[in-house]
Amino acid sequence: MAQAENSENMPESSAEAIRQFLTFQLAEDNYGIEILDIREIIEHGSITAVPMMPDFIAGVINLRGAVVPVINLALRFGLVETPPTKRTSIVIIEIADEDNVSEVGIIVDQVHEVLDIASEDIAAPPTFGAKIRADFISGMGKVDEVFLILLDVKHVLSIAELSAVKALQQETPATSEEASSGSATEDQI
Amino acid sequence: MSMDPGLQAFEIESAELLEQMEQVLLILEDTPEDEERINELFRAVHTIKGSAGLFGFDDVVSFTHHTETLMEMVRGGEMTLNDALIGLLLQCRDQISTLVDQALNVGEPTTAQQLADSTRLQAELDVAMGQKTPPPVEESANSSSPNENTTSASGSEGNNENWHISLRFGIDVLRQGMDPMSFLRYLSTVGDIVQLVTVYDHLPAAADMDPEACYLGFEIGLRSSAEKDEIEAVFEFVLEDCTINILPPNSRIEEYIALINTLPEENLRVGEILRMSGALTGQELQEALTAQASADVTDNEESEEETSTPAAPPLGDIMVDQGAVPKPVVEAALAKQAKDQEKKSKESQMVRVSADKLEELINLVGELVISGANTRLLAEEDNNPAMMETTENMSRLVEDIRDTALGLRMVQIGTTFNRYRRTVRELSRDVDKEIKLRIHGGDTELDKTVVEKISDPLMHLVRNSIDHGVESPARRKEMGKRTKATVTLSAHHDSGMIVIEVSDDGQGLPRDKILAKAIEKDLVSPDQELTDQEVYMLIFEPGFSTAEKVTNISGRGVGMDVVRRNVEALRGFIEVDSTPGKGSTFRIRLPLTLAIIDGFQVRVGGSFYILPLDLIEECLELRQDLLDGQNGGSYINMRGDVLPFLRLDEVFHTDRTETGKPHRDNIVIVHFAGQKVGLVVDELLGEYQTVIKPMGQVFQHLSGISGATILGSGEVAMIIDIPALVQRINKTLHNRPEVQKIANA
Repeated sequence: MAQAENSENMPESSAEAIRQFLTFQLAEDNYGIEILDIREIIEHGSITAVPMMPDFIAGVINLRGAVVPVINLALRFGLVETPPTKRTSIVIIEIADEDNVSEVGIIVDQVHEVLDIASEDIAAPPTFGAKIRADFISGMGKVDEVFLILLDVKHVLSIAELSAVKALQQETPATSEEASSGSATEDQI
Repeated sequence: MSMDPGLQAFEIESAELLEQMEQVLLILEDTPEDEERINELFRAVHTIKGSAGLFGFDDVVSFTHHTETLMEMVRGGEMTLNDALIGLLLQCRDQISTLVDQALNVGEPTTAQQLADSTRLQAELDVAMGQKTPPPVEESANSSSPNENTTSASGSEGNNENWHISLRFGIDVLRQGMDPMSFLRYLSTVGDIVQLVTVYDHLPAAADMDPEACYLGFEIGLRSSAEKDEIEAVFEFVLEDCTINILPPNSRIEEYIALINTLPEENLRVGEILRMSGALTGQELQEALTAQASADVTDNEESEEETSTPAAPPLGDIMVDQGAVPKPVVEAALAKQAKDQEKKSKESQMVRVSADKLEELINLVGELVISGANTRLLAEEDNNPAMMETTENMSRLVEDIRDTALGLRMVQIGTTFNRYRRTVRELSRDVDKEIKLRIHGGDTELDKTVVEKISDPLMHLVRNSIDHGVESPARRKEMGKRTKATVTLSAHHDSGMIVIEVSDDGQGLPRDKILAKAIEKDLVSPDQELTDQEVYMLIFEPGFSTAEKVTNISGRGVGMDVVRRNVEALRGFIEVDSTPGKGSTFRIRLPLTLAIIDGFQVRVGGSFYILPLDLIEECLELRQDLLDGQNGGSYINMRGDVLPFLRLDEVFHTDRTETGKPHRDNIVIVHFAGQKVGLVVDELLGEYQTVIKPMGQVFQHLSGISGATILGSGEVAMIIDIPALVQRINKTLHNRPEVQKIANA
């Protein structure tokens, strides 16, 4: 299992810096997430479903005593879900939100490796043509002449979108705080 | 910035005392004759003055002194507290608070504004004291002189009008952070230092001198109307390390002799010092030294005198050492000492612990509960009876530890309630209404973290009652009510929850106005039929405010929805009762703690859920015959009562077929806010110690689930939010008029 905690020796600020990405496979495609955002990778284990949440919220897990939500990334991207295998993993990602840091897990089909990608090899995200929402992509990394989709975890795991509750609109019509947080979860390009 | 520990203690102490002062003043408003309280107030002011003097905060001392003088007159019965006076004293309290803050922020000089405030308040204090200036010093010095009416059975009376204080500082005084100068400075607030001789006999040669040691002593003549206790209190902080002898004015020569004997310096030298400090004349000194030898002879006469004037301050140690005081007096003194000791040890039984440490402890206890459950699970799987018994014992202990740990964080809500006294007093003045605040159940306990978070919402409700609830006195008169309105804060426990009520005897909520406003704001449609309850609940909607004009107290429409959100964030619930013309009651129900609860574990489909045990009434099997004749309605006949129920698998959209387990419907009957409802589940698994874990922001809008916990197996289980489900059932009932009818029948 890949170790992704050696983030201290990363040079920051410098524009030509080499950035490190964890690459993984999800529904036949490869994606990368900057390892600075990643806390750890764990085995796919018992996930407790949370009722009344959108489908892409797989549930919660017990991460050393803390309750951490897990996102089914395939469903979040609107892709076809692959049944879990023994290679299926949960990548725990840290999201800094205003003043608190929360942890969210994502289910991926298989974790590959940590890749060094130089900044000049990272292209801007395409405006169209990708399978997933454009704002989920932070850039396209060129590795061995193949493009790797680099994810923007802030958008993929936006708390405002994840927390929009599905089934309860009829319950309290007047307190629709969700209205402001946007319900664009099913949007696709 | 790190602060001197002494200053830190002063900061904490003065903050507490100032708080106490405010409380006491507000209580005195109702009972101005309460001597106990007046004394308490006086002591608070006095202690602040004392401590401030110790640190040389002259501004604080001089201002506090004025306040104290006034308090002293009240205590002495020369003045009675009235409304205006309490108002003035409250202002003084604020001023002291400002001055203390100022003094603590070293480097910031007192601003002109503050000085002006001080002067103004002092002038007001003087006006308040009016003609009744304190009696002239000399006169009172005589009247407080212990020997005034003794017949001077033996020896000649010294004709010194001043107190004589003989002071030898302990060698470690400087090391302990005390500055002898501060004491002298502070002493000068008690009276005038007429004479002062510095005793530097113990000062070693420069080479041997330890710069951190204190070698000094003082002989002081003090002109003061103070009692001995007060003078002694000046040196309270160094009493243990120092040799202090205080002789009252006009003390007899024998007492000086005794003093001379106790002092470490050679007798002749002491005599000389005393003469220099003006305590004794040369003649008296001579007399004293010659009389010294025959001191024993005077014993008997002196005993008589001591018993005949019990009010006289005994010379204490000196007398006891010499056996000059009769037995009863010694015993009385010893008894008093023992009492002081007891008080002191009682004080030291209280330990100040930082909230973080408690938090950590409670978190650890939570982990202990979880791993205890894990152990028990393993023992059960192994089917090892000895192991099971041990784990059983252990889990009982863990349960006790849990209760004790949670108990550590329980505080009485009364402190929070009392804080609103001042708010009520001041706001009611601002809006020209007469309002009395009544408090019930202030000793009800709940978790400190909950108290902290509920104090703002409560404040808002109190403000709301004052501003919107209570009518103007004129209007009240018209309606035949007493002009003085009452706002009541009360708290009590109700099945594992605390119920806090803010009620007023005002005009009640204007149903029609609320409804009109809600329709205007598009919160409800005009054709919707709403119960009174539902209309009242609309005031908690965001952006709702009925006040025609916005006052500076409330009416900006940001309040009530924030109140509700705060209450719900604490897994609580708020409701309103209102009777037009009679008043309204806001009722908040909160769980006692946010850490660990007794839960009841159930299974719905493939998932486990926890219900708070305190809210469970009973469990029974949902047999078909209970459902017969209800036409598939979601209510059963429960011993003649209509019991509405919810199927949790439907609520939670759980597919119960895929678990493969045979299912049998069970119904758990829960009660909340006086209402009973049933929740249908698949399996009942029994009691479970539940450590509440936050679910994170992703689930912030999820209603029906209030948190999560970790089971012994390591799996996560959801905690069901019963208040939310009860609300949901009420909505369903309301949409089905025929059920409503039955329920009301």
